[in-house]
Amino acid sequence: MGASQTRSESVYQELMDKTGFSLEQIKNLKKRFLHLSGNEETISRENLDAIPALANNPIRKQIIEAFFDKRNQRSSEVGHLEEIGFEQFVMVMSHFRPPALRTSVEEREVMRKEKLQFLFNMHDTDNDGVITLVEYRKVVEELLSKSGAIGHEAARAIADAAMLEVASTNVPDMAPDDFYEGITFEHFEQILKGLEMESRMHIRFLDVDTSTMRCGKSTS
Amino acid sequence: MDLSISSRRGRGLLFIMSTLLCLMCGSRGEIPAKPSGGVTILPPVKPDVDPQAYPDTEKSNLPVFTMDYPRIQIPFEITLWVLLASFAKIGFHVYHKITVWVPESCLLVSIGLIVGAIMHSVKEEPPAVLSSNVFFLYMLPPIVLDSGYFMPTRPFFENVGTVLWFAVVGTLWNSIGIGMSLFAICQIEAFGVQDINLQENLLFATIISAVDPVAVLSVFEDVSVNEQLYIVVFGECLFNDAVTVVLYNMFSFVANMPVVEPVDVFLGVGRFFVVGLGGLGFGVLFGFVAAFTTRFTSRVREIEPLFIFMYSYLAYLVAELFAISSIMAIITCALTMKYYVEENVSQRSCTTIRHVVKMLGSISETLIFFFLGVVTITTDHEWNVGYILFTLLFAFIWRGLGVLVLTQIINPFRTIPFNMKDQFGLAYGGLRGAISFALAFTLPDSISRKPLFVTATIVIILFTVFIQGISIRPLIEFINVRRTNRNLDTINVEVHCRLMEHTMAGIEDLCGQWSHFYWKDKFMKFNTRILRRILIRDSRSESSIVALYKKLELQSAMEILDTVSGDISAAPSIVSLYEEKKSAAKPKKKFMAGDLRNMHDILSKNMYKIRQRTVAFTGKHSLPSDGHAREILIRRHASIRRSLRPGSFQTTGVSKSQKYFSLPAGKSLDSNFFPPKRLSSSDDHETMSEVAYPPRRSRFSSSSSSRAMMPLRRLDTLKEVPSVDALNESRSESSAARRGVSRTNSSYSDSHVSAPRRHLSPSADRDNDRNVRQEAAAGEEEEEEEQQQQQQQQPSHPRPAWAAEPRDNTTRNPLLRRPQWNPKK
Repeated sequence: MGASQTRSESVYQELMDKTGFSLEQIKNLKKRFLHLSGNEETISRENLDAIPALANNPIRKQIIEAFFDKRNQRSSEVGHLEEIGFEQFVMVMSHFRPPALRTSVEEREVMRKEKLQFLFNMHDTDNDGVITLVEYRKVVEELLSKSGAIGHEAARAIADAAMLEVASTNVPDMAPDDFYEGITFEHFEQILKGLEMESRMHIRFLDVDTSTMRCGKSTS
Repeated sequence: MDLSISSRRGRGLLFIMSTLLCLMCGSRGEIPAKPSGGVTILPPVKPDVDPQAYPDTEKSNLPVFTMDYPRIQIPFEITLWVLLASFAKIGFHVYHKITVWVPESCLLVSIGLIVGAIMHSVKEEPPAVLSSNVFFLYMLPPIVLDSGYFMPTRPFFENVGTVLWFAVVGTLWNSIGIGMSLFAICQIEAFGVQDINLQENLLFATIISAVDPVAVLSVFEDVSVNEQLYIVVFGECLFNDAVTVVLYNMFSFVANMPVVEPVDVFLGVGRFFVVGLGGLGFGVLFGFVAAFTTRFTSRVREIEPLFIFMYSYLAYLVAELFAISSIMAIITCALTMKYYVEENVSQRSCTTIRHVVKMLGSISETLIFFFLGVVTITTDHEWNVGYILFTLLFAFIWRGLGVLVLTQIINPFRTIPFNMKDQFGLAYGGLRGAISFALAFTLPDSISRKPLFVTATIVIILFTVFIQGISIRPLIEFINVRRTNRNLDTINVEVHCRLMEHTMAGIEDLCGQWSHFYWKDKFMKFNTRILRRILIRDSRSESSIVALYKKLELQSAMEILDTVSGDISAAPSIVSLYEEKKSAAKPKKKFMAGDLRNMHDILSKNMYKIRQRTVAFTGKHSLPSDGHAREILIRRHASIRRSLRPGSFQTTGVSKSQKYFSLPAGKSLDSNFFPPKRLSSSDDHETMSEVAYPPRRSRFSSSSSSRAMMPLRRLDTLKEVPSVDALNESRSESSAARRGVSRTNSSYSDSHVSAPRRHLSPSADRDNDRNVRQEAAAGEEEEEEEQQQQQQQQPSHPRPAWAAEPRDNTTRNPLLRRPQWNPKK
């Protein structure tokens, strides 16, 4: 008992160092993880698909896929996983950690870049480092899919216009014969330059144990 | 209204006959208070100089010339005061740089001081400006409605906890802190103010803890500080007015009580909640009723804006009737109805609403600041240096402390904590303003030390408005507060904001947490399913992405129109309307979908004529068979269209797009146009179907003429005409625009001729090699002919085409329907 306690503590410690979560947050996430996986060691896509609260999210697929994407594990690998363990789960979650009160400008920049990369990866499904028009359209369509009256045409038109916008901001002096293959990460950063990520891509992970709330929610 | 600036009739009237300004000085100058309903600061003195100087001296005969000044006196003088204040406002903006460095409120107060000094020097008595009734029933509602209506909704709800925390707890903290400390000071004999008891101190403290950072907000907006800071200051000023007025009423009641028993304290606390929540309830109720009403106003566009004002005012008055927080009521009413109303009303009404709200608000505020200056000079002050200085000191200390402490408490609950710089901005942004002054001025006369309180309040206001108001801009820039760029409106940003929101909601669901995004998600669902159905006539929900897309499309269309019809008398009216809207919507930056649709309809009405005329022209003279010439036209038009759009995305500046707009004659075509290859690379089938979509649904559906539908689709949009043109004046205006637009046609006809041909290209390229454009064009000659016929046909019976169309069909929005450029993959 004591041994396993210390072992899990050390595992947690390692995760805390890696992700910056506090011990309570890790424990909370662990509970949630076990709940989702049905007390298994790993989570599969089906587990996440089954979350009822997620059912209405228009980009559910992309979100779930992001958890199984190796690029979001802060390693250099690419490709997709079939199942993820707790460590991977926490790693993905750590992208949404809010900045601490005192973070230097450089740290903020790094965080921002990570978050952008996360978004970029959501777009770039085929791992080639470029968001093509097809990929972009797909995301926009999914985004608009829940808002009823807007047809596919509108979604396409918007994606096209957005693409055009990227092209015109990044390659203003395009030669007449050029065409724009897709958004690279640099261009992606460029177009979202003015957007304040700090206030948007954050979740306040709870420190306290909210297992009762969680049960109520997941059963709802 | 008993804004009684009455005048001794004798000399005043002579002045009135001369010039306006002289007249104003004159009439203002000789003012014995008119015995009017409210609490006037002056004793009601009967005009002592020969009251019967000129009117009806000879009663017996029929008077040839009479004057009945007393009859018009009150409205007349009110008008003059408002005019004077407005002139002052114009004056500041003549030289623009002044207002950058010195806030407008400072300037207004300064003007007021000057006017007051003049009046004082000629020994005239000041106008009896404010009575409690005038202030609470007429001056305050516009100010509050203004800020409530233009409150940026999304950031507000994202930070609602913090806003309320600072507004409610912060104001309580300030009032009680300052009140207690001042009471302690009063015990010191040296100051000679032992007679001020605790209740009065608290009352006074309440008055001066109402912050009113209009000046700060405009600075914040200019330097675009981060959204969180902005909204907290904004919301704080809004809601602490409510809190302050509640406290004020409570304390002024308590101040008159001989003995305060403990149970009264609890009753007070209870009352505080009743008052606050009651106001909230009434506000929401009236907001929904207003929204529901506008659902049915489509036939009476003229009075549409009236509903907004009447309902908000009604909410205010009813809340006042029950002595619950009327400010709270009007704010929530504005917040609730705004979203729905703006989708229901026509774009003109929307513009009107915004303008009138802004106008009333700023006039009210201008007057208060102006009178602040006047009164500062002209009232008798009771100087008690010790008390006033300590008030100033405590106001600073408690504000600073309050922000520090409250931030420490709220920070753990915030996703983005406030850092020290934000806290500084928050504390330093605590200017006192119009509300404090008005409250101090309307103190009941039973308070013996009222002059001292008024003086102290004026000192605090002047100090904060001048010193802090002027220094906050350099300071904010110096400490480099975190900034947010709020002016982003590109499609990509919008798409990604939404993407992030959904991601956040999803991740929160994944972690099983309930918080902001979760609730937002839930509310949006409720909103779309129930509220919108009930409250909005045309209840398709519109994604913000789509709205923005339309707006951008509209902008580029505006630019085309602007450039095409730059010299036309009528067209600028549309453009300037647009410009006006832009400035009117400044706090909000984003147009409502309804406006856009309507704006767009106005636009398409004008554009329609261009097309029609062009079509007729082409039809009359037989088809140009010269393939080469036609190709140039196609290319030219295409390049215009193409290059306009990137141009408009890069910058909304017109100059930029003008650069692209037309090819100078000397320039070679090849260097400038975007090649057909890029234009028409839509060889994938989806886009094609998109282009071909409208004909399938239109009456003119024919086998192959997707390209012919451009004019038809323009026609479709005419279905909106009756609603937009409800006002007669607008009808004439728009017809003028049409005439004007068609006048310029001759010079630009070449680019418009090719408009339908633009649609041809994708279909041509589907079949043929997309580089061989000329051949394609030639190859589809027959189709071209058919198209021409149709186009000629359409003008002959356009009415059924658009009369029959159901109004609510966004998918046929011609702007959305425009063929897209598809970058090749």
